[in-house]
Amino acid sequence: MSILVLCEQEGGVFKKTAAELLGLATSLSAGPVAAAVLGGGDAASLGAFGASTAYVVDGDFGAYDGDAVTGALAAIVAAANPTLILAPASYAGRDALPRLAARLGCGLAADCTGLTAAGGAFVAKRPVYAGKALVDVRFAKGPAIVTVRANSFPQPAASGAAASVVSVAFTPAAPRVSVSERLTPSTAVVDLTEADRIVTGGRSLGSKEKFDEVIRPLAAALKATPGASRAAVDAGFAGHGDQVGQTGKVVNPTLYLALGVSGAIQHLAGMRTSKVIVAVNKDAAAPIFEHAAYGIVGDLFEVAPKLQKAIAALD
Amino acid sequence: MALWGRILPEEVPLNIAVCAKTAPDTATPIRTKADGSGIETAGVKFVVSAYDAFAIEEAVQLKEKGAAAKVHVFSVGDDEAINQLRSGALAVGADDLTVCQDAAAQGADSLGTARVLAAMIKGTADIGLVLLGNKATDFDSSAVPSMLAELLGWPVVTMVTAFSIEGGNFKATRNVGGGVSEVVTGALPAVISADKGLNSPRLAKLPDIVKSKTKPVHKKALADLALTAADLAPLAITSTFAPPPPRPKGRILAGDIDTQVAELVRLLRDEAKVL
Repeated sequence: MSILVLCEQEGGVFKKTAAELLGLATSLSAGPVAAAVLGGGDAASLGAFGASTAYVVDGDFGAYDGDAVTGALAAIVAAANPTLILAPASYAGRDALPRLAARLGCGLAADCTGLTAAGGAFVAKRPVYAGKALVDVRFAKGPAIVTVRANSFPQPAASGAAASVVSVAFTPAAPRVSVSERLTPSTAVVDLTEADRIVTGGRSLGSKEKFDEVIRPLAAALKATPGASRAAVDAGFAGHGDQVGQTGKVVNPTLYLALGVSGAIQHLAGMRTSKVIVAVNKDAAAPIFEHAAYGIVGDLFEVAPKLQKAIAALD
Repeated sequence: MALWGRILPEEVPLNIAVCAKTAPDTATPIRTKADGSGIETAGVKFVVSAYDAFAIEEAVQLKEKGAAAKVHVFSVGDDEAINQLRSGALAVGADDLTVCQDAAAQGADSLGTARVLAAMIKGTADIGLVLLGNKATDFDSSAVPSMLAELLGWPVVTMVTAFSIEGGNFKATRNVGGGVSEVVTGALPAVISADKGLNSPRLAKLPDIVKSKTKPVHKKALADLALTAADLAPLAITSTFAPPPPRPKGRILAGDIDTQVAELVRLLRDEAKVL
């Protein structure tokens, strides 16, 4: 058995999912671990997290082109011949990895939160019905593809080891889909699906103005990504991309702070794997409290500014 | 066709394929069977999967704008799925529904499902665009759109929140995460997966639901699609359905708000160690 890990970069730096997945792959003790790197960068440094080899396709992978990512990964798979391909459940993980599965004719388990190797077989664990149930996925044959939800596995401590770098030739075809415009938010935030901390506002905020006035500064103070319940999004307090829940983003942060969120089943489904959930709600009977490690029964408009001040005072 | 194309350049015979399935209503609690073989379906309301509803609405709007001639809906599912797709797709403006009910198709993994859909789409004339939800609200894999594009040999744009067609080209806005959107362009045919925000699906009106009962529903056997059960044997085998582990009981803090806030910060820092 051998494992190939897609190590994604942003702005020339490996994302934390690279270390998480290399650490996971190494912990399985299921044969050699190799890294797949698109676009160059310091691939040898991935040896610090357990990659013995880094297969690199050089070129410009800055603007996302699913054709190029799929083709480059297929070229690396042909060179590395892995039993298992691990990738983050990122945009590329959702867009290109299923295409790779179709091209290779192999099984895919998407957005997994667990992975074991026993008796020569990989078993992935993944949430279904937005986390209302869990399933195991086994594979009929290798190679298989597993994409992994961010923050599901710890980042290992870095060693001094370096990976040996193998260059893989791949020439992309002319893009069939061209990016004509890139719309970035005024303040860059970590995507909800990858965020380590999230502050979510619910319907009780009452207006977009209040949402912007209360939730966003508190999130900024916590270095968290702001999120919104479906009710808050449907009321126009926040954008569709901010929605946490079964018809929004499924999230997996270390800290999830919910203010004025009642905890509809649709919302709970999207955030139930959060490590520590904090709820603030006026209604002591709100279902969110059944899932919260810590709860404050009170008016969010009173709690949020005080909490923001207390957090700012920490550092 | 070419002659008509020259006389009436607007009259492009573009037909849209929408792939849609049913899934439990997202407000429904899910209970797993004691033997782990699946979920309890008794009493669970199945509806058209939320993201597929965005795809259906988009296709119908394109047809209403004159950008498409026909909207064909394709699915893999049982008779109840047909009923739901009648009201959820045919009654809101789709022209017909084609369903594969073969047991191997219904038990397929994402790649098997994509194979069935690709075969149905290839067997239909003048499909220039495939629209479908970016994920189904049951297995949440987000896999079928890209797999289908690969099998058809067409480009794919996933997680789309705005879409338009002009001539033989499309323009789409995709949500690439972190609040970043990209506007992309390309030539049809293409596969487009719908994200929330693309549109607000309409509800079927009762007279249209009645009328939808006369719209055609075609059933395809695997043999009609030149597929065998062996072609659809799952490569990713799902088993052992289980409820999520229970969360340890939390605590409600006490005292006035100042005390509670101070205690919360202390607990987050010293007990949970997340600050």
